[in-house]
Amino acid sequence: MTPTSTASVASAHLPMTKALNGGLRQAMLNDPKVILMGEDIGPLGGVFRVTEGLIKEFGDKRVLDTPLAESGIIGTAIGLAMRGFRPVCEIQFDGFVFPGFDQITSQLARMRNRHEGGLIMPVVIRIPYGGHIGSIEHHQESPEAYFAHTPGLRVVSPSNPHDAYWMMQQAIASNDPVIFFEPKSRYWPKGEVVYAESGIDLHSSRVVRTGSDVTVVGHGAMVSVLLQAADIAATEGITLEVIDLRSISPIDFGPILASVEKTGRLVVAQEAAGFVSVGSEIAATVAERAYYSLEAPVLRVSGFDTPFPPAAVETHFLPSPDRVLEAVDRALAY
Amino acid sequence: MPATQNDAPARTIAPSTPTVANGQSGDPSRADGPTVRLLSPTGDFTPSAAADEYLPYLDRLSEADYRRFYRDMVVVRAFDTEAANLQRQGQLALWVPSHGQEAAQVGSAYATRPQDHVFPSYREHVVGMIRGLDVVDILRMLRGVTLGGWKPEDHGNFHLYTLVLAAQTLHSTGYAMGMQLDGSTGTGNPETDQAVIVYYGDGASSQGDANEALVFAASYQTPQVFFMQNNHWAISVPVSRQSRSPLYLRASGFGMPGVQVDGNDVLASFAVTAKAMDDARAGLGPSLIEALTYRVGAHTTADDPTKYRDPEQLAYWVARDPIERFRAYLRGRGIEQEFLDSVDEEAKDFASDTRRRALEIVGPEASVIFSNVYAEPHPLITEQEAWLRRYEASFEEGQK
Repeated sequence: MTPTSTASVASAHLPMTKALNGGLRQAMLNDPKVILMGEDIGPLGGVFRVTEGLIKEFGDKRVLDTPLAESGIIGTAIGLAMRGFRPVCEIQFDGFVFPGFDQITSQLARMRNRHEGGLIMPVVIRIPYGGHIGSIEHHQESPEAYFAHTPGLRVVSPSNPHDAYWMMQQAIASNDPVIFFEPKSRYWPKGEVVYAESGIDLHSSRVVRTGSDVTVVGHGAMVSVLLQAADIAATEGITLEVIDLRSISPIDFGPILASVEKTGRLVVAQEAAGFVSVGSEIAATVAERAYYSLEAPVLRVSGFDTPFPPAAVETHFLPSPDRVLEAVDRALAY
Repeated sequence: MPATQNDAPARTIAPSTPTVANGQSGDPSRADGPTVRLLSPTGDFTPSAAADEYLPYLDRLSEADYRRFYRDMVVVRAFDTEAANLQRQGQLALWVPSHGQEAAQVGSAYATRPQDHVFPSYREHVVGMIRGLDVVDILRMLRGVTLGGWKPEDHGNFHLYTLVLAAQTLHSTGYAMGMQLDGSTGTGNPETDQAVIVYYGDGASSQGDANEALVFAASYQTPQVFFMQNNHWAISVPVSRQSRSPLYLRASGFGMPGVQVDGNDVLASFAVTAKAMDDARAGLGPSLIEALTYRVGAHTTADDPTKYRDPEQLAYWVARDPIERFRAYLRGRGIEQEFLDSVDEEAKDFASDTRRRALEIVGPEASVIFSNVYAEPHPLITEQEAWLRRYEASFEEGQK
């Protein structure tokens, strides 16, 4: 199902929060079974204001301020989906998803399989995630690998307002559960949202900048870091091909493999800890499928394998353009 | 009453309420206690003081219902015994006995209406039977040929067993919220208004999910009954470790009515649940029922209760057997011996028929691994399924 927009203008220059809000609103207009659930998403509009104004427009039967209990939110969303609704749950911060972990991994992800296809589980779980916002513990994490490792879930993360607007609608239209990771540090920069078309499939990766020396891949907030790195590299005569992963499960390897065949070098960047991560999966798969194209080992640039540190030292922890370029240099040295 | 004292340290927290002090659920035999009871352990119709408001619900029962209650309890016990035998003989991966809990389950199940939805835990075999489930579907799951085994919509809205304790309480609450949102409840028409009943136990009552479900249910005033079977044991851990106070009292903390019923009294279990479900359908919100019963058998066939249970306690509860009690009551009402004998005969036939059909269960093809993981195509699944097919076909080619 390709969502279509009823927006009266062709495009708008918006921050991601407003684009997500528009995507949610459009999905609610398209389908009366779409309901929103979460903590503080009603009159407050969510702590990031992503749901601002929606309770006013759609009422408290479609925008449910819930008790403060993540397992409760996910577990009741499952029941509502069994009843034919399409719940969109907001988890307030990345680090707060874990109280709902069993309901997501043991229940939501397996419900259709357990029912032998007798039902669908069209539940979207929105999770603001990632660092760069200088916040306290549990507010800057990148837990996407846990969910990508869980069969039955789909996991996506937009990097810009246009994708946020359309991917939100596509995620809601999906008949499978989708974990929707929203990069907090990209909530506020504005970008062009084009209303005329949905662009590409929810689970497609996309080349966002072409180059010929090294392929760099990332998702969410990392895409803007990769683009900055590409700008710097260009001043030194090195061109990076930047790929926005967009979907973490499934991963669309087509554009990545095509790019590696061209460049022979791949650097994968992510905020999450590198051990058993999305980057590890990409490295392994590319090694399996593009072995003869590779001129260098696939390198990962990740957060360290530590808890997310105090914000005062987060710049040392988070992959920066320079950390990406350090890996690019190593790849080129082979 | 030493027989129901559990083995927890007898630390007194409220000397003035001795039945509460040890985390005990009280003595269901006491006529003046909080427990709703209609039949004495010997089958005399002697309602407890707490039973008054529930007496009118008995008017709904016909002679045929009484016979059905008895028949179902006897049949499911025979089925249960046969299923345990099948497990011992290697025909099932595991069995989850319901021996001793028949009255709580039969009584509550008959209080539901066709339009209601039932969310079981994993021991409510007779509830499934009453809702129209073929019990062989339960055996398919425990034989390891399916993770689910039936379509709730085709079997009286009896949802799948859930093996993670209390997870289903939240699903049931969400489902009940959905009934409210789509206007299927609380309209004042008892023939169409819907409600949900969810089964869980004293062990599951400690789970966060059970408590979150009670919070959500109370907040949204869901049309829902929480039917907690307190069978006194969570595998080897006594109920005193789950709660220092009678479990039905928790309801008031969540802001909903709570009632304790003698779960070995099928009539009381019916009457209490009938009222709670009526109230739920009528839009009066959720409530909690604690049914005092006893897990006479093991937790599962992998368990050995002789290692942790006082035989005196078992004897106390066996003497309060729900089937014996109801049979004595029916005898007092003058039921003919012929009927009782015919039920025994039917139960025996049912059990042997179940055995035969269990042995005929056919396993699925390996392709089931990949079916229905996702509703929409997923490249990894497609790829892996094709790989397994090629891999396994390569052996067949080698044999040619």
